[in-house]
Amino acid sequence: MEWYLPVIWSLIIAVAVIMYVVMDGFDLGIGILFPFAKEERERDQMMNTVAPFWDGNETWLVLGGGGLWVAFPRAYGVIMPALYLPIIIMLLALVFRGVAFEFRWVAAGSRRWWNVAFAGGSTVAAFAQGVVLGGLVQGIDVQNGAFAGGSFDWATPFSFMCGIGVVIGYALLGSTWLIMKTDGSVAARARRTATLLLPVVIVFMGIVSLWTPIAIDRIAQRWFTVPNIFYLAPVPIITAAIAYYVWRGLKGTAEVSPFLGCIALFVLGFIGLGISTFPYLVPPHLTVWQTAAAAPSQILMLFGVIFLLPVVLGYIVFVYWIFRGKVREGEGYH
Amino acid sequence: MDFDPVLLARIQFAFTVSFHIIFPSFTIGLSAFIATLELLWLKTGREVYHRLARYWTKIFAVSFAMGVVSGIVLSYQFGTNWSRFSEVVGSVIGPLIGFEVLTAFFLEATFLGIMLFGWNRVPTWLHVLSCVMVAAGTAMSAFWILSANSWMQTPTGYEMRDGLAYPLDWLEIIFNPSFPIRLAHMLLAAYLTTSLVVLAVGARYLLADRFHEESRVMLRMAIGMLAIFAPIQAYVGDTSGLVAAEHQPAKIAAIEAHWDGTKPGALVLFAWPDAAQERNLFEISIPHASSLLITHSWDGLFPGLKQFAPEDRPPLIGPFFGFRIMVGIGVIMILMGWTGAYLLFKRRLEGTRWYLFAASLCWPLGFIAVLAGWIVTEQGRQPWVAYNILRTADAISPVSGEAVAFTLALFVIVYGIVFSMGIYYINRLIVKGPGGSAIDPPSRERPTRPIAAAHGAGRDAIAQGE
Repeated sequence: MEWYLPVIWSLIIAVAVIMYVVMDGFDLGIGILFPFAKEERERDQMMNTVAPFWDGNETWLVLGGGGLWVAFPRAYGVIMPALYLPIIIMLLALVFRGVAFEFRWVAAGSRRWWNVAFAGGSTVAAFAQGVVLGGLVQGIDVQNGAFAGGSFDWATPFSFMCGIGVVIGYALLGSTWLIMKTDGSVAARARRTATLLLPVVIVFMGIVSLWTPIAIDRIAQRWFTVPNIFYLAPVPIITAAIAYYVWRGLKGTAEVSPFLGCIALFVLGFIGLGISTFPYLVPPHLTVWQTAAAAPSQILMLFGVIFLLPVVLGYIVFVYWIFRGKVREGEGYH
Repeated sequence: MDFDPVLLARIQFAFTVSFHIIFPSFTIGLSAFIATLELLWLKTGREVYHRLARYWTKIFAVSFAMGVVSGIVLSYQFGTNWSRFSEVVGSVIGPLIGFEVLTAFFLEATFLGIMLFGWNRVPTWLHVLSCVMVAAGTAMSAFWILSANSWMQTPTGYEMRDGLAYPLDWLEIIFNPSFPIRLAHMLLAAYLTTSLVVLAVGARYLLADRFHEESRVMLRMAIGMLAIFAPIQAYVGDTSGLVAAEHQPAKIAAIEAHWDGTKPGALVLFAWPDAAQERNLFEISIPHASSLLITHSWDGLFPGLKQFAPEDRPPLIGPFFGFRIMVGIGVIMILMGWTGAYLLFKRRLEGTRWYLFAASLCWPLGFIAVLAGWIVTEQGRQPWVAYNILRTADAISPVSGEAVAFTLALFVIVYGIVFSMGIYYINRLIVKGPGGSAIDPPSRERPTRPIAAAHGAGRDAIAQGE
């Protein structure tokens, strides 16, 4: 049990984080695409596609962060100070974009400013999340179980590249979401945007896949030694196949499959990173076992997750079903 | 310039948590108010309840958004600014926060979508249910967060292993000694805060000779809440103080500005507690009254500040004045509630302009009382972050003072903009007032939704009758 619990918990947190990345990914993507809409009513339409969901989507961020604290307090206590500035900046960016959802409707004269806040907040939050991801993957300086580096250790070309990659990736998710949820000029532009962004995202995924094993020996060992290479070869192959599937959907008239395909791309990319770093939670120093909470805490929360998460997922699906179908131009929920 | 990371981290947390608590203390009450209005609408079919529900939902949406985003910040600040705290007590209170996410955050965030945007998409009963779910979610959230916070005040059910708190008994941890009474105190505070805002808005409309039907409903409901729950709150608050006296004597000594524990305590009405000279300046007090309140005996003794080493004493000014502000506002609430109830009973409420004028000024009182109360309880806990387990000074992250100062400045700027705009927009919604939706056609309601259709028809009939 002492061995399995931290492994189970690292899987739960991975699921929470990937749920967050996918779900808030598409609504942050809407914000990233906001400046490219031509008219205010198009922006209304875009925002209306995510307005009923964004709050629930962002809750996964709390579950991811909270889950990390619950299950791995020592990892939480190292990661958060190490990535202090990008995390706080991400949170502040989320403040701006979150209130923009409501403020924009009641702002009347200052609406333009809340458009800026929504787009800027979404973009900065996405970029900061990429930086956090990159900063974690490249490793954190730990001594005696505590963060021992400087305020700007995270600021490397690799983490900035990850930041740009996440912005573009979320924009791709957002545009495929718009293809599914809108019609008219917004959907048409979203299809053109997605066609443009898909190859760029694939290039970024390729760069990360090559950069990390070249820079970090541990990751090269994981992927490119026999027999691992045979077990892990399907990951890039399936990724390539799905990328092709999304591409065909975008070139044709498919409305749902590009979005689902992009989700699959994100999940695969995430699995790839997981394979690279497991069992380290704070690479290259602390493993999931070294940072685990007391066993009773992990067991209690495990029961909570087993019984409550299905209920949560149930009503989330229900709300998505209530607001199913396309949001047409001029149709406001408010 | 040298930055003190502990002080800066404390200022930052105090700032962000104070900003945050304003919104839950409003939205917990407001969601319950909206759910009540919708239930009344469902039961009576009176259009005024529907209009009010829609109107307050707009205000709720703006406040809730600010509450959500400022709450997410807090959940990460435990790690960014208080990483030692996260590690030392993480195994004990981490799960409480985890349960808050699973039982409350998802519930309220998800059903909020239906509450705000589902008016035309779902049958009436489901909309009402969603409002109830949001209200329940906000109260559940209070349950867990108060449990975690109370454990920091009165920790039980754990032992220290290798310098970390290790959970032994979850029921003892969740239902720690100060939790039940503090939860009741906070929930009542939230409902009273909202009642004061509703009271003020109703009074403001009547003074301006607008929205008579809506204002009557708002005033009746708000006065009823205040008249019943403000006195109960006084009793609950007193009981909470007795629990604190038992478990956190230094906090009570600071609140009472009681220095010498070998003598009975005087009830200090006003003073300037001077920590350096260990005495009160400009004191006005009633001898023995404090002993009577705390020990229920004329000559009862309770610990004074001098019994604690100077480094174990909490700051004095915050708890001392915060407590008096909170109690003073509590008295005003009771007076407003009972006077209002008397005027209602005499059917003179709408003509009594001095009462309406006073009521219209009452809207900030609940917020001030909540903030004051939190200052009392949180500063009163110092110098401990988790009482007798971990000192605040030992709880911080290995982050440079410059980084904390920089982010503190960002928080002040961002929250300043968001908060002032939010208040401005809420005020504009209030100025605009309820209305409009009375003859809102039930456009998308289909025959498969008999209740909604029936209500639609009823609404039309009422609208034509008006």
